[in-house]
Amino acid sequence: MLDFPTWRKVWLWSIAIIAMLATLPSLLSATSVRWPDALPQPMVNLGLDLAGGSHILLEADPAAVAAQRLENMEENVRSLMRNAEPRIRIGDVSTRGGQLSFILDDPSQMDRAREVMLPSINGTGLVREWDLTMEDGNRMILSPTADGTDTAVNDAMESAIEVIRKRIDELGTREPTIIRQGDTRIVVQVPGLEDPDQLKALLGETAELEFKLVDQNALPSDVAEGRAPPGSEIFPYAASSDFAGSNIAVRRLGGIRGDNLTGAQQSFDPQTNEPVVNIQFDSDGGRRFCNLTSENVGRPFAIILDGQVLSAPNINERICGGTAQISGGFSVETANRLAISLRSGALPVELAVIEERTVGPDLGADSIRSGMLAMAIGSLLVVALMIASYGRFGVYATIALVINILMLLGIMAGLGTTLTLPGIAGFVLTIGAAVDANVLINERIREERARGRRVVAAVETGYKEASRAIYDANITNFIAGVLLFLFGSGPIRGFAVVLVIGLFTSVFTAVTLTRMWVAAWLRKARPSDLNL
Amino acid sequence: MKLLKLVPDNTNIKFLKWRIPFFVVSILLIAASWALVMTKGLNYGVDFAGGLEVRATFTQSAEAPVAELRDDVEALGYGSPVVQRFGEDNQVSIRVRLPDEVAANQEAAQEAANEVVSTLQAEYPDFRLDGNDNVSGKVSGEFRMTAVYALLAAMAAIALYIWIRFEWQFGVGALFALFHDVSLTLGMFALFQLEFSLQIIAAILAIIGYSLNDTIVVYDRIRENLKKYRKMPLPELLDLSVNETLARTVMTSLTLFVALLPLLLFGPASLFGMVAGITLGLFVGTYSSVYMAAPILVWLGVTSNSFVPEETVADVQEKKARGVV
Repeated sequence: MLDFPTWRKVWLWSIAIIAMLATLPSLLSATSVRWPDALPQPMVNLGLDLAGGSHILLEADPAAVAAQRLENMEENVRSLMRNAEPRIRIGDVSTRGGQLSFILDDPSQMDRAREVMLPSINGTGLVREWDLTMEDGNRMILSPTADGTDTAVNDAMESAIEVIRKRIDELGTREPTIIRQGDTRIVVQVPGLEDPDQLKALLGETAELEFKLVDQNALPSDVAEGRAPPGSEIFPYAASSDFAGSNIAVRRLGGIRGDNLTGAQQSFDPQTNEPVVNIQFDSDGGRRFCNLTSENVGRPFAIILDGQVLSAPNINERICGGTAQISGGFSVETANRLAISLRSGALPVELAVIEERTVGPDLGADSIRSGMLAMAIGSLLVVALMIASYGRFGVYATIALVINILMLLGIMAGLGTTLTLPGIAGFVLTIGAAVDANVLINERIREERARGRRVVAAVETGYKEASRAIYDANITNFIAGVLLFLFGSGPIRGFAVVLVIGLFTSVFTAVTLTRMWVAAWLRKARPSDLNL
Repeated sequence: MKLLKLVPDNTNIKFLKWRIPFFVVSILLIAASWALVMTKGLNYGVDFAGGLEVRATFTQSAEAPVAELRDDVEALGYGSPVVQRFGEDNQVSIRVRLPDEVAANQEAAQEAANEVVSTLQAEYPDFRLDGNDNVSGKVSGEFRMTAVYALLAAMAAIALYIWIRFEWQFGVGALFALFHDVSLTLGMFALFQLEFSLQIIAAILAIIGYSLNDTIVVYDRIRENLKKYRKMPLPELLDLSVNETLARTVMTSLTLFVALLPLLLFGPASLFGMVAGITLGLFVGTYSSVYMAAPILVWLGVTSNSFVPEETVADVQEKKARGVV
């Protein structure tokens, strides 16, 4: 028990020193001394509750993804049938009940129709995306497979993360964290943000831009009441537009989407000096926009953003230069935001903010200061109590405690974990509980001496007998800590991390290191009695 | 140097003599705690109730205008807010539990948050926004579920571990002590209407871990003494074990307490509830280790044979063959 060969001492000290060295980059970053770039850079990250910043939890609605997918399929099928050679005529197209169903004018074209749709049904991935059934000899029904819908939701989430990353990068903030959580959620954490509202507005905007022809035959009274004529749909005007509060009817099909953009900038209209957004199409988008405007000169078309009409200007002439201008009662700020959103692409799915937590930078700094002060006073009290109660053995416990704190910080830095506000409480708890092991050991040694054991035997029995309870207690704490980590979120996880790492460092320093020091002292001083 | 001894050597306090009255009192306290939780209810923060919380400092004022703030926010029509001083005199936390129809609509909930902040910013020039939380009903519902799961899972896992390491009676005793600690902590939060948040769940889980440290120390000694003094009556043996470990129990609780006290007094305001919970649990846990976890073993029928491995048939035959029996 008290036998420490040299290799073992070297080994134990190496562990302690390496773990403590890992705190240096973090500690030096508060001073002007620079840690050499060539060396590894372990750092303790500060959580948002200490550094200030925003935590936003976004959730997508899978039903919206499925609905969008069905709509795309409808357009796809219509164009496939139209472009087939010879053309396949279909009718009674419906998307009710989450299925696409239609009838063939000529039932003998059934096999041909199936052949045309086959690539779309099978999809591009490994799973079949649609089930095709036939009814009454002339009706075809396409229903989405569960696998297909899952894949679509998954793809939408993955690209949503990319879009969010691009948008946040445009804000010029440092190191955002964007993580997928579960099937339909995304966590966004942005430290040290000046204006969290700007971020939220940017994430809340789907930025799906559409250009659709206005249905000029719709009766104004129907439109006002929200009733759409066949083949058309009703959209409300955006709150910022000149016609806010009223509706407009547009043709359901035949419009184009603004997802083929190469650029978007905020600018000013040369005539009215109103803030506008200039957009540039890629070649494909430019061609389609050119076609749309060429075929409809003199008619109005609606510019629709996220289901709201920004404006519905007349097409005065065909626009084939690959650029267009969007107006709609913008302020400079909203125009700028729209430009950012359009540049980074539309979100493939609408995301709702379901949890938001923001901490100002001043509060975080105050928390660190008062937390550190409390930790320092607490440590001093613990140390005073230990030395007063156990003398030399208390001094060993104190040195172990200091090494413990530094190792804990060092390992946290090495693992790149995050220190949160509850994590500070975890530190204090670790300081208070780390000396538990020393108390157990020292009390046991005291007891063994009182029973008349000689010094070396008492120390040996003390460490041996106390270890059992120490390990049992640490394992139960470990269980609680791990469950806390599994069930907890953000700041609470930070607490769990400190507790769990602290258990390991505490056992190492309070049991193993102190035993090494006590053994060395016993060997050298050969005391005949212990002042304990 | 004369060393400090908080507990004199060789104490001989008859803890077990009073086990029935103390046990009855403990049961009554547990019942009272749950009655409080049921009737007064816990003061759920936004984590569990949903809604929004705004924290702010009035940088130019000595004191935050708590009453005026309450009226200002109430005038917005989202219901009556909870306005509390938070940390310094000029810092407040404003909690609004949004009406159901607003909370159900995420955009409306966002709108409400913006409206509260912008109204107060316009009204008070020295209003500094320190932070805000906005938790939808969906997320807060999930937090409630996970909190319950975490607590149950922790108690079950720890009781199971103690059962494996000791005997089933010890597992049940530890579980009962933990239930006592958790109940009384919840009762205190209901009584004083302290804000009950995710941090408090973390505090309770920490209490579960640390309250067990004391229990394990006592149990470990009971096990040791059961093997050592085979003939000693159980109540006497338990008393001996508790007395022998008393110095340790007091000292370990004390070191934890002195470490936590400064954090409670000077620490960040956002940690107060959590640290208060842990400190409270520390006292409750120390008491339960002595007065709940140990006496319950008498009723559950622990005997000195509990830790003697049962002789297998093969052992008995072997002994017979060697003529030992």
